[in-house]
Amino acid sequence: MKGPASLVSLGTIDVLIIAIYFALVLIIGFYLKRYTKTGEDFFMAGRGMTSWIAGLSFVAANLGALELMGWSAATYQYGILATHWYWIGAIPAMLFLAIIMMPFYYISKTHSVPGYLQLRFGSSSRALSAVSFGFMTVLMSGINMYSMALVMKVVLGWDIHFSIWVSSVTVAVYVGLGGLLSAIFNEVLQFVLIWAGALLIPIIGLIEAGGWENMVARIKQNVAGMDYVHLWSGTGSFSANPMGIHWVGLVFGLGFVISFGYWTTDFLVVQRVLSAKDLRSAKMAPIIGAAFKMMVPFIVILPGLLGLAVMPGLVGETQAIATGGHSYNEVLPLMMARYLGPGLLGLGITALIAGFMSGMAGNVSAFATVWVYDIYKPLRKKVTDAHLVKVGRWTTILGVLVSIGTAYLVMQFASIMDYVQALFSFFIAPLLATVLFGMLWKRATPAGGFWGLLAGTVSSIGMWAWVKFINPAALSIIALSPDAKPMSENMFRALWSWIIAALVTVVVSFLTKPKPENELVGLVRGCTELPSEGHLKLVQRPIFWAGVVFAVFVILNVIFW
Amino acid sequence: MEHQEHSISIWFFIGIELVLYGLLILGAGIYNLFVPPANPVVLYKLHSGIWWGAVLFIGGVIYCLKFKPKKKA
Repeated sequence: MKGPASLVSLGTIDVLIIAIYFALVLIIGFYLKRYTKTGEDFFMAGRGMTSWIAGLSFVAANLGALELMGWSAATYQYGILATHWYWIGAIPAMLFLAIIMMPFYYISKTHSVPGYLQLRFGSSSRALSAVSFGFMTVLMSGINMYSMALVMKVVLGWDIHFSIWVSSVTVAVYVGLGGLLSAIFNEVLQFVLIWAGALLIPIIGLIEAGGWENMVARIKQNVAGMDYVHLWSGTGSFSANPMGIHWVGLVFGLGFVISFGYWTTDFLVVQRVLSAKDLRSAKMAPIIGAAFKMMVPFIVILPGLLGLAVMPGLVGETQAIATGGHSYNEVLPLMMARYLGPGLLGLGITALIAGFMSGMAGNVSAFATVWVYDIYKPLRKKVTDAHLVKVGRWTTILGVLVSIGTAYLVMQFASIMDYVQALFSFFIAPLLATVLFGMLWKRATPAGGFWGLLAGTVSSIGMWAWVKFINPAALSIIALSPDAKPMSENMFRALWSWIIAALVTVVVSFLTKPKPENELVGLVRGCTELPSEGHLKLVQRPIFWAGVVFAVFVILNVIFW
Repeated sequence: MEHQEHSISIWFFIGIELVLYGLLILGAGIYNLFVPPANPVVLYKLHSGIWWGAVLFIGGVIYCLKFKPKKKA
């Protein structure tokens, strides 16, 4: 199982800690099977979760191992700019979901985001959204699975087939048994483990570096000539920061389209909040999630910055392979090996495995729900609830098997990874336009929703293909600057496709007949009477806590400006 | 599941795991205090395994006690 070229070496205690983790997640799956008898139990966790559990699960489903390792590596490469993906790229969207959008998702009692589109725009929009989401979700799950197995091979020397099969079979068992309930329980457990395993690295790292000020001084000494320690001050020009990005792209591309698209319409995360026990809990869950999301840079970004300070000289993957040195992609496991002794190292590795499994469980549970409610059920005239649960269990296993198949496909054709990751982003921005207009504009018609979604998706694919296959120089047209880099292109492409989807939705809506208002009750702002929160004390109101989180978000951005 | 009194809270499961991990890490830390490893980690002198293991153990005990399963009515 272990090879000679691994970055770290595990002792007996470390292996025991990993084994306990696997045993516990399986025990939880078997224990929760008895509580998942109906479709509502299996697919929506009985709609009985507290705001804390739904909120932690909401943020944990996104906190995968690749997220931890990838953004630590990105920080080593680009500096503190990577924090934008946790703050401007998440917090406003999460708060918007909580206060503005959640009431409509929750009151409509939809099982999924495609299900909301069915209620608002009809079956065409639902089918387009469901098929694209289901397809992309299992493919992404497979890619993440392969990437994680690759990480385990590099870090621990584990056999790639061993990593793929052990982790995916475990996820299939506990999600197949307990459905969303089991996925959510394990996500909360995994969230705690991620913090328990990763928190020591920044603490000890700051002690070694001599505190924040000394760490910054060392970074400036190690990577002179470019600003690696400020969030906004270098984004006035594409060439003044290591990421080659402009604040317009950050604010409107990342902060609006990509972030709002992901956090408010990607069913992988929205499903967790729909499991809340009442509307107030459903509104509080993303706010609690946002508060924790704001803290994640402490265990992801800070280790990358500390790496720049205490381990200078890590290089890109290609150069590392050529020279036999270490790549900055390995910065997090290298920091683990640097600071974590016996037992602690096992906990750190468990945190990575837990992160991977929470991401995968999120994918397969969301896939099973969309497949059963938005693809399978509409094709069948009469189905019993028990039958849907049975299909849900089998779909979970099927989803894992397809993910494994994708992982092996990627192993053979590595370039697939680039394509599918880009494909996934095609659907996010247009879907945001469709859902936003659906919820906030009662004049939006079923035809407007469908054609807007389709036009946005097709234009996004078209822009990507233009740069990838026809003219790489077109990047500078899409991103509005010859200095723009691929990261910037992603943001501007998302922005353009959102604008196209929005324009088509508006134009087609004005040309077609809207739904009568009585059919929009519970779905659209202005047609729906929202429950009053006037009887609640100030500290019990979601809007109060959303304000607190937003104020902290602003203060943090000013501090690290 | 907090609303179902007969079920075990997720926080209890988390408590159990933290207790086990705390004990193992604390034990390994104390062992290494007397038998230092051949290749010590950076800042080994902080003995982070001992205090971090203790933090996890104490946190786990608190969660186990606070969220221990209730008997069926």
